[in-house]
Amino acid sequence: MIDPVTLAILKGRLEQIADEMDATLYRSAFNPIIAEARDACHGLYHATTGDTLVQGASGLPIFVGAMAFAVKAVIDKVAREGGLVEADVFLFNDPYEGGTHLNDFRLVRPVFRKGRVFCWIASVGHWLDIGGNVPGGYNPKATESFQEGVRIPPVKLMQAGRMNQDILDILAANSRVATSNWGDLNGQLNALDLGQRRFEALLDEYGNDVVAEAFVAFSDRAEALMRAALRELPDGIYSFDDVLDNDGIVDVMLPIALDLTIEGDGAVLDFSRSAGPAQGPVNISYSTTIAACYVALKHVFTAVPANAGCLRPIRFVVPDGSLLGARAPRPVAGYTETILRLIGVIFGALAKADPSRATAAPFGTINALSLSGARGDGSRWVMFSFFGGGLGGNPDSDGLSHANNPISTATIPPVEILEAAYPVLFTQWALRANSAGMGRHRGGLGAVYEIEALVDTRVSLLGERGKVAPFGVAGGGQAGLNRFSWTQQGETLSPPMVSKITDVSLAAGERLRLETPGGGGWGDPAERSAEAAARDKRLGYVA
Amino acid sequence: MSIVGVDVGGTFTDLFFCDEASGAFRIAKVPSNRGDEASGFLDGLRVFGAVSGLDAIVHGTTVGTNALLERGGARVGLITTAGFRDVLEMRRRDRRHTWGLWGDFVPVVDRDMRLEVGERTLADGSIRQAVDLGEVRAAARSLLELGAQAVAVVFINAYANPANERAAVAAVREIWPNSHLACSSQILPEIREFERTSTTVLNAYLQPVVGDYIERLDAALVSDGFAGRFHIVQSNGGVMSTAMARAMPVRTALSGPAAGVIAAAAIAHAAGFADVITGDLGGTSFDVSLVVGGETSRATQAVIDFGLVIRTPMIEIATIGAGGGSIASVDAGALLQVGPESAGSRPGPACYGQGGMRPTLTDANVLLGRINAERPIGGKLSRLDVDASRAAIAAHVAEPLGIDVMAAAEAIIRVANAKMAGAIRLVSIERGHDPQRFAFVPFGGGGALHAGALLREVGLKAALVPRYPGVTSALGCVIADIRHDQVQTVNLALDGLDAEALRVILAGEAQAALAVVQAAGLVVQRIDTEFVFDMHYLGQTHAVSVPVELPADGTGLSEVVVRAAFEMAYQSSFSRLLPGVPARIVTLRTACIGRRPHFDLLAMAPGAGLSVEAAVRPSRRVWFDGAWHEAAIYARLELPAGAVIAGPAILEQPDATTVVDPGLSARVDGLGNLIIERQA
Repeated sequence: MIDPVTLAILKGRLEQIADEMDATLYRSAFNPIIAEARDACHGLYHATTGDTLVQGASGLPIFVGAMAFAVKAVIDKVAREGGLVEADVFLFNDPYEGGTHLNDFRLVRPVFRKGRVFCWIASVGHWLDIGGNVPGGYNPKATESFQEGVRIPPVKLMQAGRMNQDILDILAANSRVATSNWGDLNGQLNALDLGQRRFEALLDEYGNDVVAEAFVAFSDRAEALMRAALRELPDGIYSFDDVLDNDGIVDVMLPIALDLTIEGDGAVLDFSRSAGPAQGPVNISYSTTIAACYVALKHVFTAVPANAGCLRPIRFVVPDGSLLGARAPRPVAGYTETILRLIGVIFGALAKADPSRATAAPFGTINALSLSGARGDGSRWVMFSFFGGGLGGNPDSDGLSHANNPISTATIPPVEILEAAYPVLFTQWALRANSAGMGRHRGGLGAVYEIEALVDTRVSLLGERGKVAPFGVAGGGQAGLNRFSWTQQGETLSPPMVSKITDVSLAAGERLRLETPGGGGWGDPAERSAEAAARDKRLGYVA
Repeated sequence: MSIVGVDVGGTFTDLFFCDEASGAFRIAKVPSNRGDEASGFLDGLRVFGAVSGLDAIVHGTTVGTNALLERGGARVGLITTAGFRDVLEMRRRDRRHTWGLWGDFVPVVDRDMRLEVGERTLADGSIRQAVDLGEVRAAARSLLELGAQAVAVVFINAYANPANERAAVAAVREIWPNSHLACSSQILPEIREFERTSTTVLNAYLQPVVGDYIERLDAALVSDGFAGRFHIVQSNGGVMSTAMARAMPVRTALSGPAAGVIAAAAIAHAAGFADVITGDLGGTSFDVSLVVGGETSRATQAVIDFGLVIRTPMIEIATIGAGGGSIASVDAGALLQVGPESAGSRPGPACYGQGGMRPTLTDANVLLGRINAERPIGGKLSRLDVDASRAAIAAHVAEPLGIDVMAAAEAIIRVANAKMAGAIRLVSIERGHDPQRFAFVPFGGGGALHAGALLREVGLKAALVPRYPGVTSALGCVIADIRHDQVQTVNLALDGLDAEALRVILAGEAQAALAVVQAAGLVVQRIDTEFVFDMHYLGQTHAVSVPVELPADGTGLSEVVVRAAFEMAYQSSFSRLLPGVPARIVTLRTACIGRRPHFDLLAMAPGAGLSVEAAVRPSRRVWFDGAWHEAAIYARLELPAGAVIAGPAILEQPDATTVVDPGLSARVDGLGNLIIERQA
């Protein structure tokens, strides 16, 4: 039995290794989605199951759950084909094997000890562009994966430490921004190198057996803590429904519905009442669904550690082939919107079970905005960014204004960095009045971003929450809707699919405007203190 | 030349007097008066005789730090570019915690105090819209009507061309009734509007607080006949004039802690330890910093609290909530916790007898006999109440855990040690440094109580306890160099670099920094200029620090020199160079350092005629590893150089207590430091 002090030390040391890998990639990555927005993640994964063993504190939350599936895909491939040796590195972006979408490139590398795989080290990062119809990949009109970009199954990027140039050539030929991708790939390799060095030093210091034992203990502890948390909730079935605006192709709302059963120290998350497969790009694979559930639960039960053990007490019901259990080649580029809604319904159902743990709905859309064009010298540029909004009111406080989404810890690139890198001019970057749901604790505010094109610019947006606003809980009100508009030849226009549009052409001097939702409110607005209400008015949060 | 270093802490004001000609020194410790720091400050100075006889005073202060932590700064107004008044509140679209969505954020400047004016500068420095000064003046008047005591002016892209911003500042200055005016292109001419806004606004926030404080001290000094130079230590570990401190108080955020690190590094260097980890254990926190090859670690940014970002060059110091006043408690899961809640200096630990009923780390040290209850350090209290410590530990730790009170006290020490060890690992092992190369240098009142345990727990080479651990920060004030850092974003492609144009920028920056150092008026042996470029490959947004060795006028600067330096720095940070991708110089960092005369630490060494025998005091029972041990007690300052003391032993001196655990031994080196090592 490993002693508790050693266990505590190993926990800190291992998490630090993952954090350092994150930091290495952030600092050496090329595209701002990784470097500034931290859309990346690193960790250590189980030798035979791929389960998450260790996860950094800084990695993108949604990847935490999804990476286990990605590593498992490599494990399965090796089991089929054999030939694994030290310093092999697998690369892939297949969303049906590892979750999320085509922009997320995974590198997976074995750690050998005594001639056997001891565990896996992996890195995932969001590359700027991997082909497809829309620069940046968020194609709201895609009906098949093939329109979203190039899909790479697990392949050996490095064989025994030797780079396979053929694969680099294929990657380079299939992106609008090959150099950026190459820079990010090198950043991920830097992170893997560092992780391998640090982890092997730790194994040398403590011994393989002690570390292996610690991995088991971490999972068991996570399971025990999750069970303890579930035990505190009253038994029952709690249902909560929400919708997506549409899939970008057919203008019909798509239900995301959860029946949550709490029974003793276990739970069932049943999504059977949710929509069937969508024509447009809001499908998610089963692994993405599980990863999203994990994110929601971690935000509510914050003390439960981030490893696979915490999912053991939970059973998932996700109909195969449905919106939440998509198979290839259903388009998945807009996966973020679906998982945000899915996380929301888990918050909503848990609020019914226990309002004192409740958080009202966060703003619920990433607003993936792609601007692109050609510079004066003919070189292509792609500015891809996503935007903030308000978090939900909660028992502790008002929601945070202009926050990132629960699926990420991404910070937004500064205006000055964007303006230095791309031919755009921001004319407004502000909090959005009246965008928060009212309540005893109101939601946080969303934002207004207004951009003037300095050259002819092609615009695509993939967003949500244009029809049904983020909900309040425990009597709180709903937030504002997402709004997107642009001016063209003096006329103000909005997308027919509300927050999804592709191929808008702006001439130099024309503007686009994005207004994002705040968070839902918590508690009866009549119970809001007079002082807080007066402050909201004075500061123009509520007009 | 006589110079005094003054470190004002929450409980005590420590002073270090030195006569630079003779090398003679004296130390003093007097109680601090929170809110009336000037009186304690002057009381301390008078210990050394007439204040009028002093030539220079250098001060490490926490007034700025406390104002930030306690949100006690001024009412600030912000004038900014139309469309951008919410940058400060929107931050970088982050949240408090990775996991958990609760908690909100209140910026230091409310929204109605952030006013917009029409103007726009583009990223390439061209002016799209000139600033309307009438609008600026109207905004300034509105802010005054709203009660603003200080004002910050921050325009988008002012790092690329400050013309609009400077014009606005000049217009505000004409009507602003005081000097509390902060301009972003002066405070931080660096790309990234949130960080620049936050730093500039926090500077304005501190200007009245720090300005008034310095003014009060100045007045008190003048009334005591002081006619010398008065300086402040900056977060970067260098000293600056009080005029500079009043203009840029944001640079004092880590003033006090930085002085301690400077001194600890100097002491370790003199004792032959190039690689050390310093640890300042105070009442509420443990501050850790890394020194490698004699050089302190540097950071470009610190987050004071969620959303409060300061971006100025500073010594990198990691802080955790573990100090002598940290409260021990047992949580719902039957887990013993020490800190971060603290009893502070009021009511303080239970043993202070000031009404504190909850057990602290200090109470555990008292009950275990490690601290001498009859002779508390600092001399403010006459004795400590051991029974109060025992009762508090029994009620709040021993009973809930169902263990003996002595075991409970020992567990408190262990948990605190583990936390401190974690902080030490964070700055060392976790950054790839082998702890066996490092010595631990504890300072402050409490660090030496735990040095032995930390040495074992982290696997460090040794612990080095300075001769006067309690006045290390005050000593740091005396020996710190004069230093001025400047930052300027330049955004130049390396390929086809116009080296002469860049050289002119370097020379200009160096000249400006030099003027500041020369104006400080302290004796220096020589003045060094250091240039560091922040560089990256085109497309990256982060940068690596690339030191380039050049004379102050930049002679010898060339594309080849810069490229070689960049590739060396990049390769040491990341394993792979990216040949073929163009590189860019983003920001120039210029430091001008006036090297102060060497203070010979030998002046502090033990005198002749001392003996171990004469230093012995009556032994007492001290609890180690589950049992009472009869521990030898020594008056530390009476031990001769070369003395070797085997643990278990306690070494006492007026400003600190050193514990030598069983299995360790301590020797007194030629400078009077204690070197604690494992017994051979």
